[in-house]
Amino acid sequence: MRSSDPWRPRRPRTLAAAAVLALAAPTLAACGSDGPGGGGDTLEVWVYQDGSSTIQQEFVDRFNETSDIDIELTQIPGESYQDRMRTAMGTPNAPDVFFNWGGGSISDFVAEDMLVDLTPYFDDDPEFQDAFIPTILDAGAVEGRYYGVPMRGVQPVILFYNRTLFGEAGLEAPATWDDFLTAVDTFQRDDITPVVLGGADIWPNMMWLEYLLDRQGGSEVFDRIRNGDASAWGDPAMLYAAETVVELVDSGAFGNDFRSVATTNDGAPTFFASGEAAMHLMGSWEYSNQLTNQPEFAENDLAWTTFPTLPDGVGDPSSVVGNPTNYWSVNSQVEGERLDAAVEFLKLHGDEDYAQALIDNGDIPTTSNAVDLIGSSPNPEFAQFQYDMVENAASFTLSWDQALPASQSAPMIDAIDQLFSGQLSAQEFVDSMQEL
Amino acid sequence: MKPQTSKAPRAGRPGIAWAIPGVLFFAFFAAAPMGIVAYLSFTDWDGLSDPSWTGLDNWTRLWEDDGMRNAVWLSLLLTALTWLTQTPITLLLGVWAAGRQRNRAVLSAVFFLPLLASSVALALLWRTIFDPNFGLAADIADWFDLESADLLGSSRGAFAAILFVTGWQFIPFHMLIYQGGARQIPRSFYDAASIDGAGTVRQFFHITLPQLRNTIVTSTVLMVVGALTYFDTVLILTRGGPGDATEIVPYLMYDTGFAAFDLGYASAIACALVVVATTASLLLVRLTGFTRMRSTREGM
Repeated sequence: MRSSDPWRPRRPRTLAAAAVLALAAPTLAACGSDGPGGGGDTLEVWVYQDGSSTIQQEFVDRFNETSDIDIELTQIPGESYQDRMRTAMGTPNAPDVFFNWGGGSISDFVAEDMLVDLTPYFDDDPEFQDAFIPTILDAGAVEGRYYGVPMRGVQPVILFYNRTLFGEAGLEAPATWDDFLTAVDTFQRDDITPVVLGGADIWPNMMWLEYLLDRQGGSEVFDRIRNGDASAWGDPAMLYAAETVVELVDSGAFGNDFRSVATTNDGAPTFFASGEAAMHLMGSWEYSNQLTNQPEFAENDLAWTTFPTLPDGVGDPSSVVGNPTNYWSVNSQVEGERLDAAVEFLKLHGDEDYAQALIDNGDIPTTSNAVDLIGSSPNPEFAQFQYDMVENAASFTLSWDQALPASQSAPMIDAIDQLFSGQLSAQEFVDSMQEL
Repeated sequence: MKPQTSKAPRAGRPGIAWAIPGVLFFAFFAAAPMGIVAYLSFTDWDGLSDPSWTGLDNWTRLWEDDGMRNAVWLSLLLTALTWLTQTPITLLLGVWAAGRQRNRAVLSAVFFLPLLASSVALALLWRTIFDPNFGLAADIADWFDLESADLLGSSRGAFAAILFVTGWQFIPFHMLIYQGGARQIPRSFYDAASIDGAGTVRQFFHITLPQLRNTIVTSTVLMVVGALTYFDTVLILTRGGPGDATEIVPYLMYDTGFAAFDLGYASAIACALVVVATTASLLLVRLTGFTRMRSTREGM
């Protein structure tokens, strides 16, 4: 039939109308997309994409085999994750269950009643609650209520060093600040960058401030900041930490081009592995990263230790900074059967199967049974060190940029960048942070 | 034979219906968002709760903010330097590419390549090149016996890097505009000039340049508005750093809006940027007499 031939030229006006419809269609369709509260038989789950997200995919697939309500897992590339999550929340495109860092990364959502309070589910099911290490569960809590279920390994910040370079220089792993400064001098004389720092990303710089503050003034100083007391930025320990950073930068401890070096494009880890730098302060993921990219270096040269103690520091030397773990949180728009399914999915993460999958991936799970599983880790020595470090820690301070709400963490990152590049003195840094 | 009824469309003039898709597209994706941003600039909004009306707070803050002042200065500097460096280069390249030399087509195609890649991909590429340990920058520093290749780590170096990378990326585009402009100049002008004994240089200054006047305005407007709104290169290459050395207005807007989630203030920055960029392009068009559309070929 000719008249129904779709390719027959039509009158312009009809064509224009068709074009308008074609343009408007996606816009209209977007309004009705399947988000929270939109019903349907699926749950939209968002996860930060990295080496561990295959585990989440595996468990989603496993869950979908038996459940009536299917989960659709969306893996979001790391760098844009936080923007995407924050922008989507409160719109019909928000995820039903999503990955986060606990603390400040979700406190704004909690304030807006956007998350399901999971405390009753833990209360009703002691087995579920006892499956996790209590301090880790608490680290994700907001005002004493649980909004997150731990779903990844622990990520403490560790001082990695090159065992071979230290051996050649006749040095031991630095236990005190004097040891550390001696090592810096020695390596500088030998034309080796004492400490590699991926300053282009800025957050690696923050790790130095975090540990220096913790060792000097204890974890209480940042706890005060986290609880909204901006005057704690003026604490003498903070000034000391900032001054120490400036001294390190000026003395060339980080080399003279650290601001151009990035961590996210593997610039810093590769430089460290090439044997041209002696130390690298980084999250525990550095180990698996090196094992994947430079296996020879990881096996022969890579060693690790805790952050050194400071001469007049009052902080507990066992304290740790970093990310306790990552959490799943549930959007409060999820109700009824879908909420039941979501909770059932969350409970999978307390199972031994899940912990074992993390162990096999080289992570240390945050479940209470982790200690029994460590033996089966692909790198038991490092796993045991990490487990003990976290287990024995007097405190576990969440990374500052995750602990603080976005309105404070963004200017803080800018100020840290200015401190490390010499645009702010230690005193100016402290002053500008107090004004936030 | 009866004349056609007035309902029939006039020859050569498409009906208004043809404009609808374009108008709707512009309304949905440009006009409406701009209106919303103007509204948001008078509110305090974190992207989650409802925006709360704060009157002129964001605008007075804009006026007093040192960060904004620094950003405006850097943006103006970047725009001025972009124009000063890119215009002579693209003008010469474009005029050259309009000629009929051997290999011209091949070389022009090569020059054109950077424009085909996305600016994010280019910025990532250049960041790798600038890596002080593994990038080309490290080798170059070695040749010149420099202590380090800390280009992105110094304030001026990072700014120069932004200027260079955006230039490298956009020079082909403006070259194309000048090539097109230069091709339009009638050959007879040059023939007449050579008969009168004018050399290449003289021909360039007395024929090519005046004939390209309108092309220069077009290219300048695109450069100025483009440089005021550079963003992706800064995001990938320097993240506004070191410190705030490359924190130009669009990046400050992004950082305020999507890192600090202070969307009200970010909207005020965005509005200011729209006003400044629009004013700049209008002024340019007006001051250069481009609106009068005077022909460059009077007497032809």
